Amino acid sequence: MTHRNDRTLSVGALARVEGEGAMYVKVTGREVEEVRLDIYEPPRFFEAFLRGRAHTEPPDITARICGICPVAYQMSACLAIEDACGVHVDGQLAALRRLLYCGEWIESHALHIYLLHAPDFLGYPSAVAMARDHREVMERGLALKKAGNAILELLGGRAIHPINVRVGGFYRAPARAELAPLAETLRRARDDALETAAWVAGFDFPDLTIDHELLAVSEPGTYAIERGGLRTASGLAFPAAAFQDHVVEEQVPHSTALHATLDGRRYLTGPLARYELSGHRLSPLAREAATAAGLGARCRNPFRSVIVRAVEVVYAVDEALRIIAGYEPPPRPYVEVPPRAGTGYGVTEAPRGTLFHRYDLDADGMITAAVITPPTSQNQAAIEADLRAFVQDRIDLDDVMLTARCEQAIRNYDPCISCSTHFLDLTVDRS
Amino acid sequence: MTPPTLAVWKFASCDGCQLTLLDCEDELLALAGEVEIAHFLEASSAVADGPYDLSLVEGSITTAADAERIRHVREISRTLVTIGACATAGGIQALRNFGDVAEFTSVVYARPEYISTLATSTPIAAHVPVDFELRGCPIDKRQLLEVLTAFLHGRRPNTPAHSVCHECKARGTVCVMVAHGTPCLGPVTHAGCGAICPAYGRGCYGCFGPMESPNPRSLTTWLGARGVPDGELDRVFATFNVAAFDAVSTGAASTKDGHDASQ
Repeated sequence: MTHRNDRTLSVGALARVEGEGAMYVKVTGREVEEVRLDIYEPPRFFEAFLRGRAHTEPPDITARICGICPVAYQMSACLAIEDACGVHVDGQLAALRRLLYCGEWIESHALHIYLLHAPDFLGYPSAVAMARDHREVMERGLALKKAGNAILELLGGRAIHPINVRVGGFYRAPARAELAPLAETLRRARDDALETAAWVAGFDFPDLTIDHELLAVSEPGTYAIERGGLRTASGLAFPAAAFQDHVVEEQVPHSTALHATLDGRRYLTGPLARYELSGHRLSPLAREAATAAGLGARCRNPFRSVIVRAVEVVYAVDEALRIIAGYEPPPRPYVEVPPRAGTGYGVTEAPRGTLFHRYDLDADGMITAAVITPPTSQNQAAIEADLRAFVQDRIDLDDVMLTARCEQAIRNYDPCISCSTHFLDLTVDRS
Repeated sequence: MTPPTLAVWKFASCDGCQLTLLDCEDELLALAGEVEIAHFLEASSAVADGPYDLSLVEGSITTAADAERIRHVREISRTLVTIGACATAGGIQALRNFGDVAEFTSVVYARPEYISTLATSTPIAAHVPVDFELRGCPIDKRQLLEVLTAFLHGRRPNTPAHSVCHECKARGTVCVMVAHGTPCLGPVTHAGCGAICPAYGRGCYGCFGPMESPNPRSLTTWLGARGVPDGELDRVFATFNVAAFDAVSTGAASTKDGHDASQ
């Protein structure tokens, strides 16, 4: 509603995001006064009820924080518990973890690109509506998504909340022959992924440049996914154990997700951060796809994150094939992780950004405290700042157009609001 | 003839069960030809007004506002099917039912006064009449397609309520408990997943909740006799279907008493 020049814009229930949220924009005169991303996903208290559970339980329990990226939760949990117990998992078991994680990246990114975000760029309310005009494109997207799920189903037992992950490794490691049909699926998926990168590169991208600090997991010699330390765009480097020295989570009244700052600054984690910090470590095929799609050494327009995701899908498929080609079944599917008193930390790259876990264990391996910092709470302050700048530059758009553009902008960050433990509800208040 | 309308609703949950619908990669476009997806916020920003022919409800009731919202969803839904352990049993967040939610809030949030939540997490059926409950954490894709097909054709879904043991036998998996002594909740757990865990060499951990006539007390006695410590026995049912298993074991306790009296 417009009253003179003052207005509020409100999106009641944000669609095509994972979880429930709302957006509130207050405009006074020609100035954007306030932008709030309201997260009203009911709290589920994971950190509270993890206390008193055994050190073997977090991979299954924390997977339930998010049905879109359960593997991320399982992997960060495993790393943190193993760290507390002084165990390091490497070799083929680490390679299998990376393979499983590649499956989640492919599935989650294909879901986001085709089913959640592409309809915005092409002017459709949903992928199903888009499929009426672009049937072949949507079939390609679904095939790509299915290839990611094929990895999760074979190696994880099922696509959502995989059952095969345990602290120390896996319950069962696949035989080489089992991976051969998967490799065949992935070779077809590689062509689909390259076509996807070329397709999204042709979208029309609104202008928006961000200057946030960027944070991503970093591991020498590789595009970090399933393990590593942390690096920032400003040149800071620190281990997972120092995460809480730099990242401070604060509660804000309008959200059940906590807001995080990095050394007092808002920051962004996710595809743009990963690409800027590790892009030079992508495989040659993924780098070629990035160049062909018009990406330089860095990408600071959140709308173009859809291209980065597509390049990451190329990489994840390529990487999965590399791992399968070099796979030799490990002698045992897991290493023993005997409990001991201590604190452990783990960071991995969920498809939508850095996911931190910390556990305190007693001598019997019972959890006495747990801290989980999901990507969306880390990104929330940056999202709000970006939306503020975005709305200010488009202050003359009518409410309907502005609301649609804001929703599209929010989806740039692939917010997974379930991890706060709901829809975006956009309110523009022009009072 | 206009196609039937489908709505998908979310309450406290991880989104995984509604994602199962989008994971039907081979069937999704065909399904979209058979039904009008009229309200599915995870997938579409276009929302058609109700009433809806079929509503799928994910998640549990944990806030006063959601307790109101589910009544409204029931009013505008001809058929209401709950999907997944949160909606059918309260989910893992029902662990609060056995704890102190105020203390839980203070652990997670520095300013608990900003957080509005109920002391319990309860299944949808505790609030409104439900036409069918589909189990699982997460639900199984084939079972979801069976439920959708059944309701579109006006028949009851075929989702057996026997135990996971039946599925292990059908799959040809060697019993992990008999052969390896691996603790397994398969004997008391509702079928539907296809007995995945034992096929991967681990015991079932009960993510589909209790089967039709479970005897968890017998199972825990059996497990305890084989060296599973008491502390661990206390936790094995306290996961994604904690409230459902708790209700069963309360009932099973009286059954067992009756059994003892006859000896």
